[in-house]
Parts: sequence; structure tokens; C-alpha cells
Amino acid sequence: MSEPDKSTARTIDIVEASLKRRYARERRFKLMGLGAVLLGLLFVTLLFFDIVSKGYTAFVQTHIALEVYFDPAVIDPDGKRDMAEIARADFRKIAREPLAKLFPEVTSRGDKRALYSMLSSGAPYQLSKMVMKEPGLIGTRQVVDLVADDDVDMVVKGNIDRNAPAADRRVNDQMIGWISKLEADGVVKKKFNTRFFTNGDSREPELAGIGGAAAGSFYTLLVTLLLSFPIGVAAAVYLEEFAPKNRWTDLIEVNINNLAAVPSIVFGLLGLAMFINLFGLPRSAPLVGGLVLTLMTLPTIIIAARASLKSVPPSIREAALGVGASKMQTVFHHVLPLAMPGMLTGTIIGMAQALGETAPLLMIGMVAFIVDIPGGPLDPSTVLPVQVYLWADSPERAFVERTSAAILVLLAFLIAMNTFAVIMRRRFERRW
Amino acid sequence: MALLTLMAFAFYLGRRRSLTVVGGRSGVKNLHSLPAYYGFYTALWAGLPALLVAGLWLSFEGSIITTLVVDGLPAEMRDTDPGRLGLLVNDIKNLASGNIVSAHVDETMQRAADHLNELRSVGRMALGVVVLSIALAAGALAWRAIGPKMRARNRVEFIVNGLLIASSLIAILTTVGIVLSVLFESFRFFHKIPLTDFLFGLEWSPQIALRADQVGASGAFGAVPLFAGTLLVSFIALLVAVPIGLMSAIYLADYAGPKLRSYAKPVLEVLAGVPTVVYGFFAALTLAPAIRNLGESVGLVVSSESALAAGLVMGVMIIPFVSSLSDDVINAVPQSLRDASYALGATRSETIRRVVLPAALPGIMGGVLLAASRAIGETMIVVMAAGLSANLTANPLESVTTVTVQIVTLLVGDQEFDSAKTLAAFALGLLLFVVTLGLNIVALHIVRKYREQYE
Repeated sequence: MSEPDKSTARTIDIVEASLKRRYARERRFKLMGLGAVLLGLLFVTLLFFDIVSKGYTAFVQTHIALEVYFDPAVIDPDGKRDMAEIARADFRKIAREPLAKLFPEVTSRGDKRALYSMLSSGAPYQLSKMVMKEPGLIGTRQVVDLVADDDVDMVVKGNIDRNAPAADRRVNDQMIGWISKLEADGVVKKKFNTRFFTNGDSREPELAGIGGAAAGSFYTLLVTLLLSFPIGVAAAVYLEEFAPKNRWTDLIEVNINNLAAVPSIVFGLLGLAMFINLFGLPRSAPLVGGLVLTLMTLPTIIIAARASLKSVPPSIREAALGVGASKMQTVFHHVLPLAMPGMLTGTIIGMAQALGETAPLLMIGMVAFIVDIPGGPLDPSTVLPVQVYLWADSPERAFVERTSAAILVLLAFLIAMNTFAVIMRRRFERRW
Repeated sequence: MALLTLMAFAFYLGRRRSLTVVGGRSGVKNLHSLPAYYGFYTALWAGLPALLVAGLWLSFEGSIITTLVVDGLPAEMRDTDPGRLGLLVNDIKNLASGNIVSAHVDETMQRAADHLNELRSVGRMALGVVVLSIALAAGALAWRAIGPKMRARNRVEFIVNGLLIASSLIAILTTVGIVLSVLFESFRFFHKIPLTDFLFGLEWSPQIALRADQVGASGAFGAVPLFAGTLLVSFIALLVAVPIGLMSAIYLADYAGPKLRSYAKPVLEVLAGVPTVVYGFFAALTLAPAIRNLGESVGLVVSSESALAAGLVMGVMIIPFVSSLSDDVINAVPQSLRDASYALGATRSETIRRVVLPAALPGIMGGVLLAASRAIGETMIVVMAAGLSANLTANPLESVTTVTVQIVTLLVGDQEFDSAKTLAAFALGLLLFVVTLGLNIVALHIVRKYREQYE
């Protein structure tokens, strides 16, 4: 107090002395923020990189090109070309014979069995199908690309290390020797894996496909869309345009907001107790899955639809009412068409959510092992994410790449749907 | 399908009749409503009552037919206990639809199956006839009632309004349905297992032995280990998500240039759109082995299904959730507060830490609570990456199990709705529902209250 000059000088000094520290702190804080963002981005890239690097190999499948002799003595001993008779023929023998010819030194029973296990158990069916389609093949020699077993596939793709100690790998030295010889002969081929997209589930990785799960997903989403879109839009229209502001509508609103945050598995419990136990609907059916997912996506759709109704300016409504339209006509002829793009965007996002949902579908039995491709919403089926879950549990190494590939397909659908939603929003978004 | 064409036809007829009663197009001005409304009116009458009847029929068809078939069975087959009877009925149904049957087929079963098929086809035919005649009758009545004075538009609008209300009530019905279905089964569970045992018991082993003399015959339903596991995993998740989410929200809101923001934000949002199975797969097959190897290299024993892996991945999943909520909240803090702080000479980070964050704290807390409720209810990640054994531990390297994992394991596969094992899942579901609902309500309340503060 006695020396005011000195005290002011000291404030400045304090400030300046602390500046360095404060700026350092500022930089640290900023770096922390940047670090957080980068960490987030790192997670995204890590996740995608991991899945892509594991999964891209599943899109090709190893085949062994063998010269198959469609021996009439085996396929059609009577020579009557009776299709039912041919279907029963021992095509396993036909598929194995050329392999045995390639390795004449293999004679013992056990070794032979090992040798034959290099071909997939689906290879005979492959031949049988060929003959059924074209009976003229009987008695001819054809070079056919037969599906290889998943272990062979893994070795050829390098997912099983050939140089690892024999105890650590699934495939023994003998088999690797055979594979190397086949490769040296140039008969090992990698072909685009169409089976992966068309087949249903299978215990054999090389035959398993996502066709059945994709069809199940399609039917489930179809049911969800057909139910949730009309109901969601109707509910939004009522709440936004007609409902009086009272306790009831408040209750409905709070309810919808809360439903949006209820864990999805609880919806599964609801589906199990209500739809399956009480109403006796079939288990594992896309219909029930669709119903459960409808209840789940409704809040999302209602909230989005209300937002888009809200963005239609009141002048539109007033103009329509002014020329004598009824309230209902105003809404359905003028407001609803203008709000439609926003509603559709919300619906697509809701559908994308429904497509990725797994937990509630486990509850209603869509986890069953189903080989057939479902032909309608009442057939038992699984969906894509559940298929991922099922495969992820399988011990075979080959299922890891298939799971990743299934995830890639799932993500591709999701990205396509979301991109479509974004494009729609950009194109139709109107500023009033 | 037939009903739809009938409705379209009714629309056409109603519309035409409205025109003919006033003498063609020139008389339209004498009509109360536009001709199309008369058409809608007729179509609705033709469609709705018939649809209602069909819906009722279809929902009760199964049980009625089953009762009839059971009544048709010989008495000695009917007098077994309900479980056996259910099995038998199932076999008969399978036989009727040509599927594989578990028991061996005898003549009575074959007859019952034929009976079932017959009843089904009769039922279907009766349904078709009844529905179509109702549709025709109601449509014809409505058609006759059409006249120039009839207020068709008002009536149609009344019906449509009713449909709209019904749709918005579905949300309420869903909640009621959830509560009822979960509550009902839970009551049955608490009938067998006392509530206090469930809430405070320290041991969880839901296996019920088939015979009384088997080991572990009692089955223990103490849910405390599940709560502990759930809390542990959620806590790890929040430990990851809250700092990263919050800091990235702050950085993107206050520091980042527009270019970085426009790229980084959508990319982070991608994390929210990835299905949870994908995270589960990543946690189980990539992260968990990595953590185990890491732990082993420094001499720690890490379970291959550690809580750490599940928690970390779950944290990554809720990062965008936390960051978008904090972003909202931080943006809601008025600019004037920041300006005042800058004017006093504070640096940006000081402004954020001393002014913006305290002001936004309630909102951020609300966001964290919402994230916590999401973490508690998350299923797939923990099902795939956390274990099944109910350990009561706080060690994140050990395997723990959670409420959702147990619900899934108890309900996937065969279920019998009279065993405590299946019912326990519903009790856990009730608990999950109540806890998440509570968290949500509190969180939404905080967030809303906080927003009002600055509006």
C-alpha cells in the first residue's frame, strides 16, 4: 500500500512470469484434444483395417482342377439315364479317383482318407449337379474345378503358416507336401467365391454362405418397413398436427423418448413373451423378428418424422386452410408431401439400425442353424448379424475370414443405406 | 389380397354412386363432400370390419384348433401331464405339416394329424367365407347409405383420426407390453426364489438339476456377481469413452478448423453406426488375444475373456454418443460467458476449463448417465467377449459376466416356462429395464433442466 508503483509492476510481473506456464498448459490442453480426436479416428481405422484384412480373402475360394472321368459304370450302371437313379450314384468315388491317380504312392487306408479330405465334402454334390444338368457328360473326361477343403484353402491363402512347427498347426506335414505338389502342378486355382453369396449356412466353412442370412434379413426388414413406416408416420402426424396439448399426449411423448433408450434386449424379451408365448407365432420366423424390430425402430422414425413435420412452415398450413381445406386435407395434401423426404431419411436410418440389430433376435430364436434359404417371412431363418455371431463362435480358422467377409457385406449395406439417406437429405432439404 | 381388390372395387362403386345420385358430373356441387370421399367411405366400411374379424380369428385360431385336436384324442393319451401332452401336440403338428417327428408314429397320432389338417383347412375356408361376406355386407350397407346429404368427408376424417390415434398409442402399448410381459414372468420367478435371495445373493449358478440327487441340484440365483460384472465392464467403458468423447467434442468445437471438423465428425459418427456384433467380433478375436499376450509378456495372468477387452471396445462404441451429447451441451453455453472470460485475459483452455465446463457440467453429467445406461444395456459385445462364469471380482483382467449375457444364455436354446432358470432371465430383464429407465429419466431431466437455464 505504501508503494503503489511497485505493486502494479508486480501484477504485470506475475502475469508475465506465469504466461509461459499458462501457454504451455494451453498447448497441452490443445494436444490432449487433438489426441482424443486422433485416438477416435485411430479406432475407426483399426476396426476397419482389422476386418478388411481378415475378410477380403474369403471372397476367393481355392479350387483344385482335376480331370474327372464321369464313369458310366459308377453313375449309371443300368444305362437307363434315370435321373433319380443318377442322383443316388456314388459321386464321392468319382471325385476321389483323379486325386488318387495324382498321388499313386498313397496306399494305406489312413493316408488315403487324409488325401481325400483335401476335397470339400461338397465336391461330390458339385459333380452330381453337373451331371443332373447335362446327362451327356456321362462317360466323358472333363477338367473340373473342385472345391477344396477349408484347411487346404487356409494353407494356400497363407492363413496357416507352412513353416510353423507341426504341433502348432492344424494341417500335418504330409498334407502340406501334397498341397505343394498340387501347386507345383498348377492345378490349384483361386476362383471368385460365388458360393459365399448364394449358399445357406453350413458346418463346412468352404460351403457356408450368407445367402440364407441375407434372405432372412431381407424378409425381416421388409416386415419392419411395411409396419413401422405407416405407423410411425401416422403417429408423428397425430402427435404433431392433431393432438391437443394435454397430459395424455405428454405421456405419449415421454414414452416415445424413453423407448428410444430402452436396451434392445428388453425388446427381445417382449417379443418372446408376447409374440411367441402368447400369440403362438412361429419361432425363428422373420415375421416375429420384423415385429420386434418394428417396435424398436418406431421411436426413431417417429422422432425423425416429427422433426420433419415441424420444419414445414406454418404459412403452408395457413394457406391451405385459407382456401377452404379441412384440417385433414391440409395435412395430407400439403404438409405431408413436403415433409416426406425428411421422413424417408429418418426411416432409412431406422432401417439401417434394424439391419445391424442382433440381441433381440437371439431371444426369439433366430439363432438356429438353418441351411435352407428362407422362401418367405414365415420360414425359419437367421439374419446377417446373427450369422456373424454364429460364425464368430465357430472354432475353424476358415470361419474367421468368412465372419469378417460377412461383416464386410453387412457394413457395405449399412454404408449404402446411410449414404443414400445423406444424399436424399442433401437433395431434398429445403430451407424455408 | 382379395380384401384389397374388394376395397378398391368398393371405392370405385361408392364414388360412382355418389355421382349418379346427384345426376352426373354437373351435379357435384349438390354433394356434401367430394366424390372420392364417398368412395373412401365405402372402401373403409368394406375393409375395416372384415380385417378386424380376420385379425381376431388368426390370433385365436391356433389355440382353438389345438383344443379341438386334444379333445379328439383318446382319453388315456389326454390324461398325461401337461408337459408330455404339449410334446405330443407338437409331434402331431409336425406330422400334419410333414416334418420330422421325434416320437414314433402310431395310428392315433396319424388320425389326430389328419384331424388337425382337416380342421385347419375348414377353418381357413370358413375364415375366407366369413370375411368376404362381412366385407360385402358392410360395403353394401355403406353404399346404400350414400346420398347427397351424407357427410362423407367428416366420417372418413373421423375414421382416419381414429387410426392416427391408434398408431400413436402403439408406443404406450409397447411400454405396457414390456412391463407386463417382464413383470408377469418375474412374479412367477419370485414365487420360486425369494426377492432378497435374488438381489443380495452372492452366488449365481442357474443350472437346475434334472434329478433331485444330482450335484448342484438347488441352483443359486444370487445376482450380485452379475451386477458387479456389469458395473465393472460399464465402468471401464466409461473410463474410455468419457475422456476421449469429451476432449474430442471440445477440440472439434473450439479448436479444430472447419476442414478437420467436416471430416473428423462424420468419421467418428461411423463408430455409432457399426453394428454391435462387429464390435463383439473385434473384441473377442482381435483385442482379447492381444491383451492376453501383452499381459503374459509382463507376467500377468489374463483371462482370454477379460472384462478389460469387453469394456474397452464398449467404450469405443459409446465415444460418439458421449461426444455428440457433450457437443450439444457445450454449444448451448452462451457465447457471452466465453467472451467475458476472454476479455479478462484468460486463454482458451482456461476459458473452457474454468467457465464452459462448469457451466456445462450438469448437461455433461446427464450425457454420461445416458452413456452409462447404454453401456449397461449393451448385449452383443459382452456376450461375445466377456465370459459366462459369474466371478465376484474387481480385477479387470479376469472374466466376468453381466446381466445381459445371462439373459441371452438363459434364453437361447430350449426354454421351459415353468423352470426358475428361464424365468430368472425375465427377472434380470425387469431389473435391466427398471435401471436403464431410471437412468434415462434422470438424465433427460437433468439435460432438459440445464437447457432451459440458458434459453
